[in-house]
Amino acid sequence: MSRDERLFAGASNPRARRRRRMGVVFAGLCIAATMVGVVSLAVLLVDVALDGVPRLSWGFLTAFASRNPEQAGIKAAVVGSVWILGLTALISFPISVAAAIYLEEYAARSWVTRVIQTNIANLAGIPSIVYGILGLALFVRFFGFDRSVLSGALTLSLLVMPVIIMVAQEAIKAVPSTLREAAYGLGATRWQVVRTQVLPMAMPGILTGTILALSRAVGETAPLIMVGAVGFIAFTPSGPLDRFTVLPLQIFNWVSRPQDEFRLLAAAGIVVLLALLLTMNAVAIILRNRYQTRI
Amino acid sequence: MKQATETQGDGTVALNFRRSRNVKERLIGVLLFLCAATSTLVTVGVVAVLLGETIGFFSQVSIVEFLTGTRWEPMFQEKHFGVLPLLAGSFMVAAGAAVIALPVGLLTAIFLSEYAAPSLRKTLKPMLEILAGIPTVVYGYFALTFVTPLIRTVFPETDVFNALSASIVVGIMIIPTVSSLSEDALRAVPNVLREGAYGLGATKLEVSTRIVVPAALSGIVASFILAISRAIGETMAVTIAAGNLPNMTLNPLESIQTMTAYIVQASLGDTPRGTIVYQTLFAVAMTLFLITLVMNIVSQWILSRFREEYE
Repeated sequence: MSRDERLFAGASNPRARRRRRMGVVFAGLCIAATMVGVVSLAVLLVDVALDGVPRLSWGFLTAFASRNPEQAGIKAAVVGSVWILGLTALISFPISVAAAIYLEEYAARSWVTRVIQTNIANLAGIPSIVYGILGLALFVRFFGFDRSVLSGALTLSLLVMPVIIMVAQEAIKAVPSTLREAAYGLGATRWQVVRTQVLPMAMPGILTGTILALSRAVGETAPLIMVGAVGFIAFTPSGPLDRFTVLPLQIFNWVSRPQDEFRLLAAAGIVVLLALLLTMNAVAIILRNRYQTRI
Repeated sequence: MKQATETQGDGTVALNFRRSRNVKERLIGVLLFLCAATSTLVTVGVVAVLLGETIGFFSQVSIVEFLTGTRWEPMFQEKHFGVLPLLAGSFMVAAGAAVIALPVGLLTAIFLSEYAAPSLRKTLKPMLEILAGIPTVVYGYFALTFVTPLIRTVFPETDVFNALSASIVVGIMIIPTVSSLSEDALRAVPNVLREGAYGLGATKLEVSTRIVVPAALSGIVASFILAISRAIGETMAVTIAAGNLPNMTLNPLESIQTMTAYIVQASLGDTPRGTIVYQTLFAVAMTLFLITLVMNIVSQWILSRFREEYE
């Protein structure tokens, strides 16, 4: 803006003055628009915190869901979310990284590669609830895993895999090719180059992207409703074939009830969920900052 | 390598070693390829699953009734399977969200790319990323307990569940999609274009809106389409805030039902396999899938077809 002011400092004709004024108005408009996002975020967080924080207690974290809002807690949901998170990571991470390695280091520039690449981009745009339908038909019914932790984790794995593949590809692309060439020059095979040079170098980027993708999975509700996770579960899963619930579902269950007491429970659940997501994001950011400078 | 030096002089062993090394390399290559190919299997799976049940559905309900009927009552005694009320609900929420998110997102992108100092940009961008990372069920809670009461103080006749409050939160939710993709497009415009315009005496406003935005238009339009497609596919916030009443209306203060909300509602109830209600899930999901797929493909096509290449 100072640039424009200097430009028109001596201008006395009305046209120049109008152009300057328009510039100021537009800059103000841009700032206001940016503030819409920032203020919305602040209002949302404050609203949830005001409703939810007073309801938080140790009992809330360690009790099971209950028809009596005074005694209700989120133990089953927290444990269920951790189960889902762990299993989803276990399933999606190796497959996605392998796919990214293939696409970046092995694939020839053929139509097959192009089809796979386009397909991954399109998969990332499919609404999450459609993945839920796939999970319902495939894992719950066809493979007979029923409404289990395994069905949920497999469904969410399909959902996050395209995202992890894409960030892993970016991380692998960022490894300088001189490293690869030096290793090849010493007689290393393709896999040796990948295992000893490319992967160690790309791993921080891959991990950061994976954690961010998984934090999306932790917040997902719709696909798990389809797969049949339910809100009222008074036990924690002891194996991958047990029934389960997760935090977002428990929150949804409470929000859908008309009584105010349950709405406050939902707010308290949201505070716990946001705290979990914040922790995951913090870990991702620390990882990124820690390794960014070394490359 | 060690093995290779030990067997020096014995040609056959060295050859065997090299062959086993080759076999291992091949095997790893095949394994990696299979992992990459899984993603294609997922698409095939989605299409096969949706198509299978949708065909079953259309053997009982005519396509014409599905696409042109104005009543969606699959659970009533006298059933009606017109998808238009659900489509209207989805598009109304998406349109309302677009009215908010497109201008706000684009102006945010212009501010971040053209006006903000690097340090300010560095603090604002993560905030918008947080906005994108908040679970949709949280937006639903926010809509129901904060936005709706606010709307009702202005328009007391508003339903508890209404399209407007869903539109508003979905709009907030997709601001980051618009702003971050548009900002990438704006920042990709080379500085020489800006400097050239400044040299001709243009103001910052003129440079931004007449040089930079037109040059980045393909990326901006692509981000718009992607954001609208996300709004159509959004599920939890609209299920919680907009209600479950399939309703052909243009009044945003009334309760409606979107395609996604119907899928949630139907699968929360008891829907045994093989029943017509179970099949409606897939028919509606197929409609949703096709709409979002077409939008995503159009957005990618615009990006590749109309990209302005500099240098």
